[in-house]
Amino acid sequence: MWGLNLPIVLALAAIGGVLAWRRAHTLVWLLYTGGALWAFFRFGFAVPIPQSVVTIYLGITVLALVSYASSSRERLAETVQPIQRLILEPRYRLALAGLLVALPGLAAYNAYADLTMPLEAPGFGREIHPPPPTELTVHDETIDMATAENPYLHYKHDDPELYGKHVENGRRVYYENCFWCHGDGMGGDGMFAHGLNPVPSNFNDVGTLPALQSSFVHWRIAKGGPGMPAGGTPWDSAMPAWEKFLTTEEMWDVNLFIYDFNGYEPRALGQH
Amino acid sequence: MTPQSGKPVSRNKILFGIGVLAFVSVIVTVRLGGFLVDNEYRQPDQLSAPLQTEATAGIVDALEVEEGEDAATAARRIEQALEFADDQGIPEATPRLRGIADEQATDEAEARARPYEEAEYRAVPFVGSRVTVWVLAQLHLLFAAFVLAVPLFAFIIEFVGYVKKEERYNKLAYEFTKLLSVSFSMTATFGAFLTFGLIILYPKFTNYLMHIFSPTFLPYVLLFFLEALFLYSYYYGWGKFGPKMHLFLGFMLNIVGTAIMFIANAWLTFMMSPGKRDDVDGDGVPDFVSAVSESGALLSLRDAFFNFTWMPINIHRIIANVAFGGSIAAAYAAFRYLQAKTDEEKAHFDWMGYVGNFVAIIAFLPLPFAGYYLAAEIYAFSQTLGIQMMGGTFSWLFVIQAALIGNLFLGANYYLWLGMGRMEGGVHFQKFIKWLLIAIALCFAVWATPRYAISSVSEIAAMGGSSHPQLSYLGQMSAKNTAVNILILSTYMSFLLYRRTGRQSVHPHRDLLTRAQAIVFSSAAALVIFYGVYGYFVDSATRIRFAIPQVYSVLAALVVITVIDLPLYRNAAQSGETKWGRMPAVSQYALIFIALSFTWLMGLMGYVRSGLRQEWHVYGVILDTSPDAYTPTLGFATQVVSVTVLIFFGLLGVVFWLSSLGGKKDWEPKPVADGRDQLEGGQAA
Repeated sequence: MWGLNLPIVLALAAIGGVLAWRRAHTLVWLLYTGGALWAFFRFGFAVPIPQSVVTIYLGITVLALVSYASSSRERLAETVQPIQRLILEPRYRLALAGLLVALPGLAAYNAYADLTMPLEAPGFGREIHPPPPTELTVHDETIDMATAENPYLHYKHDDPELYGKHVENGRRVYYENCFWCHGDGMGGDGMFAHGLNPVPSNFNDVGTLPALQSSFVHWRIAKGGPGMPAGGTPWDSAMPAWEKFLTTEEMWDVNLFIYDFNGYEPRALGQH
Repeated sequence: MTPQSGKPVSRNKILFGIGVLAFVSVIVTVRLGGFLVDNEYRQPDQLSAPLQTEATAGIVDALEVEEGEDAATAARRIEQALEFADDQGIPEATPRLRGIADEQATDEAEARARPYEEAEYRAVPFVGSRVTVWVLAQLHLLFAAFVLAVPLFAFIIEFVGYVKKEERYNKLAYEFTKLLSVSFSMTATFGAFLTFGLIILYPKFTNYLMHIFSPTFLPYVLLFFLEALFLYSYYYGWGKFGPKMHLFLGFMLNIVGTAIMFIANAWLTFMMSPGKRDDVDGDGVPDFVSAVSESGALLSLRDAFFNFTWMPINIHRIIANVAFGGSIAAAYAAFRYLQAKTDEEKAHFDWMGYVGNFVAIIAFLPLPFAGYYLAAEIYAFSQTLGIQMMGGTFSWLFVIQAALIGNLFLGANYYLWLGMGRMEGGVHFQKFIKWLLIAIALCFAVWATPRYAISSVSEIAAMGGSSHPQLSYLGQMSAKNTAVNILILSTYMSFLLYRRTGRQSVHPHRDLLTRAQAIVFSSAAALVIFYGVYGYFVDSATRIRFAIPQVYSVLAALVVITVIDLPLYRNAAQSGETKWGRMPAVSQYALIFIALSFTWLMGLMGYVRSGLRQEWHVYGVILDTSPDAYTPTLGFATQVVSVTVLIFFGLLGVVFWLSSLGGKKDWEPKPVADGRDQLEGGQAA
């Protein structure tokens, strides 16, 4: 349920319930919270959380627990009282000796685990969108990426009939060339999509087309994978450079069509 | 100033200083002596036979061109050696030596014939030009931010003292102002250092900026002069002028300081966005109007000055400066608190630390909105810059930023919770801390969750991509905006609890008003969460607009709750007195931690803003063709930021020490048993 590993979550909740019922000491609660959150982040999700994120979360957890324990003189005194008793009272000497062995043992195990970790190639974090160039030259025509817009977009209001013709042409171009990867419904799930890593863009996603100016989409269509910027590599994009196969008008038309099909507007210049 | 209570500078410290000076003097003397012996040319009157042989060897040595020696100097030196050899009749000094001398003379002639060429760039060994200018600019900026911020809240505190007729506010404002004098000198020193750094290392580009902004430099210098005048008259005139006149000086100091910053902001924002946005063709779509031609020639100084990102930077910097200045002043108070020996001193610096932190947090609360406005304007100016910043390489730095801001919120709340210990009867509100902490930690975690996590290959395979199926929702704007708004509300709640600790309202409608506050608070939180969740179900343009009602609901809640709270707790019954100075040492380290986090954050985000231009000096106009025209790795950038912060704190230690000297006792000779005074060094007077 919700991508959670339910047995783990329920077990942790049950332990918490027992501690609440037994009115556990503050120190026990702090230790439980730290341990339970570690177990939750590490094993509580059906799809494991990456270690880098677990580290961030555990860092926040430790900060929060230390802040809580020391947020007043009284609470600090209450929290450290069992530790003081453990160290000072003779009846706990055995437990203390066990702790003195266990702590370095834990550190040693940690060092052992780090050294015997299976070697693995590092992964590459994908960026959301690659940064486009400031200028774009397609078929000897240079456009300013900051200000350029789809030249046929204004027909939507000025001449709907002509706009429709451009959209239709875009539809033809799309279903002749693009749908193999981007899919019939533009969900990034075309018949070739499963063989590609990264998967093709999903144009239905509200975070993709509406967040981009049409000049950005034009750049991606015209230059494809080979035109990706030098920074942030490797892109591993399988997108061809369509300027080698399509005319400029066809590329702007398919640009128009994918927005029209999904009911989105390109991000306007200067729009936040 | 009159001598004040406190300890005189200890003899050990003076001895240590003298020891260091002596050590440095010995090193310098030995090095200087060695240099003179090596380089000084002494012509003996007459040489004996064995000395003549020695001189021959010396001359042959002298004919070797030394490393780093320029051609003209070497030629002159060799010519003198040859003349000496001729005078002394030394036979080895003839054909070979003359050949070398001719070669040197040819080199010199070539050097003279070579036309003057203006250097585009010059290099700095080991660290490089960029890092040099980067560190200098950052240090200048940190001190400048402090110097601009402190007068702002010193003036406000003095004004409050004037209105409330309470002397303690006046004293506190003066304590803050004490830090200004040395910091002002530091700002000017690093400003000069930076200017020379730019002229020497980036001469062509600096010349270009001079060409664009030449009319602004003279007003800048004049304003700087005026700032010095107002600052020193404000500081040295404390208690010498009437309160209104003194407040006027403080007011003018702030006006002039802000004007200086606005001018300097035009220079740096021009480099990022050299033009303005205007609907030129009247089609309702904003067009970009460049302030310079394609070759970089100035078209409009007005557009270059009032450029696209100028006002967002002005707003962001004013607010950030106050937050930063407050935190540094609080760190100074913490430093003095930890040194304090008497209860009186502890009480004073505890209060100062509290006020400094209060100023920092109050200014910090609207800062995320100002930052959001700046980022939105950058995005609106150029999608390339926007994508580079939020979705490209620089986006990882925003994860670090989130961690730092989370730490700041946590640190600020922690300090307030500890502050409840100052009051008698503070235990009552302790039970709420747990829930506030949970809210803050949850929001902190949401804010620090990256949309695309750093993952290993097996982790990517398990997730089916770089984003986690559940956690990636927390990496989106809706979640982030919700988290920051709830963080602000929680921090404000901590402040309210702190304010109420040990106090009991005597207002006739106190239950009604308290319930009204709770309703406003819960409504704002509910609205923020509603828009945060709803944002996942709408398109991005609509989602982005949801940020506005979220912000307004939080701001409105803060205002309404404050307006209710003021009468509610006016003349409130106190269950015990506030015991200033009753704070554990850890609270003072929390203040220093907050100051450190602010400084690091400024350095980091300053790098992001400046580094965004990548290979451009002036974005889209003047290309950076120096060897440093590449984006450094994130690790290297954070190391430079860290080193800069360390240098800044080292210098700040000097500022704190110098500022605290005023409170030390004047030096006096020690009385001895026989009634005579004895100098500290043991010498009888």
